[in-house]
Amino acid sequence: MIDLKNLTISKAHSALKKGDFSATDLVKAYLEEINKKNKDLNAYLEIFADILDQAAEADKEIQQKIKEGIDLPPLLGIPFAIKDNILIKGRVASSSSKILENYVATYDATVIEKLKSAGAIFLGRTNMDEFAMGGSTENSAYGVTKNPFDPSRVAGGSSGGSACAMGADLALVALGSDTGGSIRQPASFCGVVGFKPSYGVTSRYGVMAMGSSLDQIGPFGKSVEDVEIVHKVISGFDANDSTSVSSSDEKISLKKKIGVVPKLMEMEGIDPEVKANYLESISRFKKAGYEIVEVDLPNISYSLPVYYVIMPAEVSSNMARYDAVKFGSKIEGNNLLEDYMKTRGQLLGKEVKRRILLGTYVLSAGYYDSYYGTALKVRELIKKDFERAFEKVDAVLTPTAPTPAFKIGEKTANPLEMYLADIFTVTANIIGCPAISIPSGFSKAGLPLGIQLVAPYLADPSLFSIGKDFEKAL
Amino acid sequence: MISKDDIKKLATLARIEVSEDELSSMAGDIDGILAYVGEIKNALSKEDITAEYPTKNVLREDVLGAQKTDPETLIKSAPESDGRYIKVKKILS
Repeated sequence: MIDLKNLTISKAHSALKKGDFSATDLVKAYLEEINKKNKDLNAYLEIFADILDQAAEADKEIQQKIKEGIDLPPLLGIPFAIKDNILIKGRVASSSSKILENYVATYDATVIEKLKSAGAIFLGRTNMDEFAMGGSTENSAYGVTKNPFDPSRVAGGSSGGSACAMGADLALVALGSDTGGSIRQPASFCGVVGFKPSYGVTSRYGVMAMGSSLDQIGPFGKSVEDVEIVHKVISGFDANDSTSVSSSDEKISLKKKIGVVPKLMEMEGIDPEVKANYLESISRFKKAGYEIVEVDLPNISYSLPVYYVIMPAEVSSNMARYDAVKFGSKIEGNNLLEDYMKTRGQLLGKEVKRRILLGTYVLSAGYYDSYYGTALKVRELIKKDFERAFEKVDAVLTPTAPTPAFKIGEKTANPLEMYLADIFTVTANIIGCPAISIPSGFSKAGLPLGIQLVAPYLADPSLFSIGKDFEKAL
Repeated sequence: MISKDDIKKLATLARIEVSEDELSSMAGDIDGILAYVGEIKNALSKEDITAEYPTKNVLREDVLGAQKTDPETLIKSAPESDGRYIKVKKILS
């Protein structure tokens, strides 16, 4: 029996090396859990039919490398769950939408290419809010994903399937995408680590675009070290992504100072247990030798409204590609215009349509300056606030989400209420900075809670070292 | 206030067929969201923003790069195709 609950990449890696178990044993162990739990949890939309072949291939390579005395690459034989908006050549990628129900990817996303050459195994594709629009995976065309700690609650979103697969031990690591918190918020709801890199550090090539100035792909892991290992493999400059940047692995020297924003914690709607856990987490950082410094972020309260202008604006233009001409499904009309109208009207979900209309509005003549133009300017103000704060501290600490996982159906009637679940996470996407969510305990009802750290642009490695210090300071 | 007619116009611009039911619920939702996001205008009164948004275009030479897939596969992804053509309905009548 492999102890999947406590398995990490490095443990699996050394077991594969020593021959304690094979990649095939490991994949079979996950498959057994998936067969037991996935029907109820709905984490995976599809388990790939060839996973045992993939595992056999990895085992062959492991044997070969051992025979030749070559070190095993860190992800060789490591089983991944992949969010359904990341392309794997020859496999369906539906973004949990009816419009792409039978769409087969025609190329590999850059991150997938990198994982393939690292020898990783893809177990399957995971459920999500349609086109990553949502915070609860309730917007999937293929049913909600349930929280592994309480099936009456959501797993978070939009990468809810990936987070649930991690929390329920249905994968060792997972990939998600994060436009406003879609990795970090479900990670905190499901009790795992989730990481969004600095904008441009990981290639967006081959992930379905939502908000192009905000989107990043990132890993879920059982530990900070696990997301760091995956991040090192999937990041790097890519000429196929026009906003890609080269980042260095150089160690950043830390001031050992964590910033907090007391004003932020006085906002309405923050669960008292989340507040208490946040204060506990501050003590944990003190115990780990960090100084806690109050920082002033005067414009932070504008992050969420800025996000809900910029994101739908970008959504409305990105979604124009689903036109029933180039790819995807099609509903027949009497003429070309009807083809467009019917296909998009009937095959896109309500939240997607809402955001396209909202984006169309804020970009339309007469409103462009007052909404979109203003949002771009305020985005700069928020960035400057953080630049000033980062002169004093290594990272800013907040809860990841204002509440633990909420009940299925609790927030579906009011979109604005659902949007408020992103209140702490959107800022990192607005300013392009790296951010990580780390498990920080449980509520009285046994629901996972998480804290979030945001570091300066390109200071991704800082988050790994601070995060590990936090994990150790129990 | 966003009216049902406004939503209808936006939906036509965005090429989305919206049912009567959806029109009224969308109007209400979008009205609420616009009222909420409208508060960003208050941020600018506090501080003079001289800096423009610092984005720049990323350009490359117009040359064929390494191809990740072939035209045949792409054409087959279209809902309707005919040989090396993607089929669409007549545009000019």
